[in-house]
Amino acid sequence: MSTLAQATYNDTVVRQFAVMTVVWGIVGMLVGVVIAAQLAFPALNFDVPWLSYGRLRPLHTNAVIFAFGGCALFATSYYAVQRTCQTRLFGGPLAAFTFWGWQLVIVLAAITLPLGYTSGKEYAELEWPIDILITLVWVAYAVVFFGTIATRKVRHIYVANWFYGAFIITVALLHVVNSAALPTSLMTSYSAYAGVQDAMVQWWYGHNAVGFFLTAGFLGMMYYYVPKQIGRPVYSYRLSIVHFWALIFTYMWAGPHHLHYTALPDWVQSLGMVFSLILLAPSWGGMINGIMTLSGAWHKLRDDPILRFLIVSLSFYGMSTFEGPMMSIKTVNALSHYTDWTIGHVHSGALGWVGLVSMGSLYYLVPRLFGRPQMYSIRAIEVHFWVATIGIVLYAVAMWISGVTQGLMWRAVEADGTLTYTFVESVKASYPYYYVRLLGGVLYLAGMLIMAWNVAKTIAGAKPVAVPVLPAAAHA
Amino acid sequence: MDVLYLLVPLSVVLVFAIVAVLAWSVRNGQFEDVEREGERILRDEAPPTLGRLDSDQE
Repeated sequence: MSTLAQATYNDTVVRQFAVMTVVWGIVGMLVGVVIAAQLAFPALNFDVPWLSYGRLRPLHTNAVIFAFGGCALFATSYYAVQRTCQTRLFGGPLAAFTFWGWQLVIVLAAITLPLGYTSGKEYAELEWPIDILITLVWVAYAVVFFGTIATRKVRHIYVANWFYGAFIITVALLHVVNSAALPTSLMTSYSAYAGVQDAMVQWWYGHNAVGFFLTAGFLGMMYYYVPKQIGRPVYSYRLSIVHFWALIFTYMWAGPHHLHYTALPDWVQSLGMVFSLILLAPSWGGMINGIMTLSGAWHKLRDDPILRFLIVSLSFYGMSTFEGPMMSIKTVNALSHYTDWTIGHVHSGALGWVGLVSMGSLYYLVPRLFGRPQMYSIRAIEVHFWVATIGIVLYAVAMWISGVTQGLMWRAVEADGTLTYTFVESVKASYPYYYVRLLGGVLYLAGMLIMAWNVAKTIAGAKPVAVPVLPAAAHA
Repeated sequence: MDVLYLLVPLSVVLVFAIVAVLAWSVRNGQFEDVEREGERILRDEAPPTLGRLDSDQE
């Protein structure tokens, strides 16, 4: 990478993260399909410990959230922050360190989780040596990102960078507090918190990870790539500012809604519910802002499959940010909690919002990163869109029906107060939906494979050229 | 619920930090003429090979 005559953007690291997003997407979704198949056909556990559901499930969640989602966030944020700040990434080789460090974290996760090494903390299962590596990579990420902003050539900090920045800072804080543990050997440790305290910290972490990793980060993506793909500025820049500040001021206390009707004090549960309900406002403000960016150009949705990915992802964002607050209401939660409804809710957000917005942004990025006018096959993007969308709908609907069925069966009582159904009867009632869910997952994975083929064809033989930094004067 | 003595003060500190950043950004002029800033990102790439940014420019 040269800084000879003219400064260039550091797109090497963006290319690396973009390609690995596709690779880890396939791996993570494949493991998801495997465990969905295990639920439908338990024999597929094969009585092999490291292929068992209990070990593969955290591998699936870590792979799709932190490997697929994480790489997508690294790639899109590094690209957007350089363009919006009109300067090269700060910190020289630090950006490369974040790439190789993050890949090492993922590989270590893929080895240790099937071997059974886990701290038992949901979405934070990795043991302490890997946690320390994550911290180092994350600090480097923060230095690169905020260093780039500090050395920007444009006075204004674009709204996408605010979202990315909040995501980076908050995830660092969440990770450090939640992962605090006392190591007893190289691969075992005990949480610094116990009992309900541990549960509170776990879900303070867990839900804020949803809020800042899976929401704020991807909103940053939305605020850069949706306007770019449409070719119009965001519907209301003022609203985007209100959206940002409202979201970060109100997010932090939604976590206790994961602990309704537990040993957690009642008032903390109610606090979690109230904050979850408040979140509906900024979430929908942002969703409407993103979709209305198309205002007056709706016809573009007809011919541009990339745009369809982005806009439908926003629809799923709106849907799951309505469903979430509703499920946090204690009376609703009494029906939904511990059922498949929760799984359906998470996946309409994960597959619909996080997945589709990442894929849409990647389809925007890949040709530009590799000096191609467009993706190799536009039709393949189209096919990917429909296969993925049908997959999500099958998945979510199956889990909704299964979840409500379970909830109703568990609470049904006879006149004398005894339970109407045994637990295993509710398991049996769920079976048909597990086949449908598996089919939905297979379709979504198939879409990802189509994408991988398309990306491979697009970058085959490409000789990417370093893009010069746009002089700030051009826009002053 | 001892852990609330950690998490609640942490939130309070965070809110103050957010207020401080908000105050900085207001004083720094981050919110002046904002609609123009929304349009700026559409002009942030000019290399010749990437001239066709808008798929609909017929």
